Amino acid sequence: MKAAKGTVFKYGDNVDTDVIIPARYLNSSDPAELATHCMEDIDASFVTKVQKGDIIVATKNFGCGSSREHAPIAIKASGVSCVIADTFARIFYRNAINIGLPIVECSEAAYAIQNGDTVEVDFDSGLITDVTTGQTFKGQAFPPFMQKIIAAEGLINYINAK
Amino acid sequence: MGMTMTQKILAAHAGLPSVEAGQLIEADLDLVLGNDITSPVAIKEMAKMHVEGVFDKDKIALVPDHFVPNKDIKSAEHCKCVREFACKHDITNYFEVGEMGIEHALLPEKGLTIAGDVIIGADSHTCTYGALGAFSTGVGSTDMAAGMATGKAWFKVPSAIKFNLVGKPSKWVSGKDVILHIIGMIGVDGALYKSMEFVGEGVANLSMDDRFTIANMAIEAGGKNGIFPVDDLTRAYMKEHSTREWVEYAADEDAVYDEEYTIDLASLRPTIAFPHLPENTKTIDEITEPIKIDQVVIGSCTNGRLDDLRIAAEIMKDKKIAKGIRCIVIPGTQKIYLQAMEEGLLRTFIEAGAVVSTPTCGPCLGGYMGVLAEGERCVSTTNRNFVGRMGHVNSEIYLASPAVAAASALTGVISAPKEEA
Repeated sequence: MKAAKGTVFKYGDNVDTDVIIPARYLNSSDPAELATHCMEDIDASFVTKVQKGDIIVATKNFGCGSSREHAPIAIKASGVSCVIADTFARIFYRNAINIGLPIVECSEAAYAIQNGDTVEVDFDSGLITDVTTGQTFKGQAFPPFMQKIIAAEGLINYINAK
Repeated sequence: MGMTMTQKILAAHAGLPSVEAGQLIEADLDLVLGNDITSPVAIKEMAKMHVEGVFDKDKIALVPDHFVPNKDIKSAEHCKCVREFACKHDITNYFEVGEMGIEHALLPEKGLTIAGDVIIGADSHTCTYGALGAFSTGVGSTDMAAGMATGKAWFKVPSAIKFNLVGKPSKWVSGKDVILHIIGMIGVDGALYKSMEFVGEGVANLSMDDRFTIANMAIEAGGKNGIFPVDDLTRAYMKEHSTREWVEYAADEDAVYDEEYTIDLASLRPTIAFPHLPENTKTIDEITEPIKIDQVVIGSCTNGRLDDLRIAAEIMKDKKIAKGIRCIVIPGTQKIYLQAMEEGLLRTFIEAGAVVSTPTCGPCLGGYMGVLAEGERCVSTTNRNFVGRMGHVNSEIYLASPAVAAASALTGVISAPKEEA
């Protein structure tokens, strides 16, 4: 089924929701507008470089902090096809699935993959391939219901379609 | 196998005799909460659902508090969206400016959160109500929408870490120092996905406001929830504020914990989290060089309650804030504001040279009412010191108790009150 492929933007531990989408922009809830400020306080050039399909890779506790769903919304609207991390903060994890942003926990991949690498993620098998280095990593496969939520672009559409 | 406090509450709300860590359950909700940032997204999502209305108009709380009173046109539009939704669905617990407060200070005061409840809120600091012996946790807007429509939410039953509190804290050590100490010890992901259960004879030496502060910051250790057992102090608080009947849960003797820590409250010192993570803690004694500051904020869902203002006022009484320092005091709710006025605390703050604001989350998340410029440093009683949280990406936040914040406002450098004071 679906796979993601793109260039990697690599970040470290504890990327919090305030740097993913600073609160000064939370007076908007429009995905396209939020996307124009995505990652602004950690990587000002992200929005000018990101291409549709690109992948974010980070290490521990990605998405910690506030419950703002605007964070995964901004990432998804910026064109990112998947976020890979060693661990995710729990509210971000839930929110990402609920809005249909694919996320994968994989410790090995999170530390080995470097900024700028081309990476491919197969959602059925959970297989992550670093095309640049040739390395492969076994991430968690997406269970069918989660793939359906992603295909439906979020939990609400998925529930409605049932 | 025995259950933790959290597991017992979740089992009861899932209609199950018992649950264990890792189990997926669907639980009935006693309250669904949202604010002016998260509710508009939830309202938009709920509109897509094929439902007539909300599951129970009495079990939803809508509290515009982040950018309220409206800070700009876009915020005003968000608030208008929440107001119209509340009106359309006749939401009982919608709080307009004038009767509002910072949500996590307001809801316990209104008696809407009591022991034994299961509460979700589209705000990460929803974990605050664990202070009363409830299971409460932060979620996103989509979960809030589903919760408002169905009155249910799914959870993965968490495992737990037990914090056995013993002893009595010294004069200027409060709940904030306890939780900063714990976060410094276990890290910002030390309790990831887990419950933090605070028990032991030392709990009796913590005021309700201390407990709210501690439970409030469970999320800053990655926790799913923080929770305290119910004691006489909790019962007195709930009797005073609520007419609902509560249910008390205590952990089983043979409950299983991933980790256990014992913390002697008497050994704790005023503790400060340095930029840019709440885990970067130092005690006041470990600060050897003076750290000059520009601003002090006393308030927020973490430390904007009456005890917090009393402590700050005791330190500022008949003193002056250091020249060039901006000190912003924000009572958590209208009721706290009024009590602080009647007790003369507001006079103390104003005479010391502080500014006192209507309740708002404003400065904590860099919204308004105290945004930082490049290179500025703030001592704040709030809960997060992430990069850019309170303003410019090159500003710095030092998280501390109301006592340290007030003392620092007087000296212009990070300070703690004198022991004998």
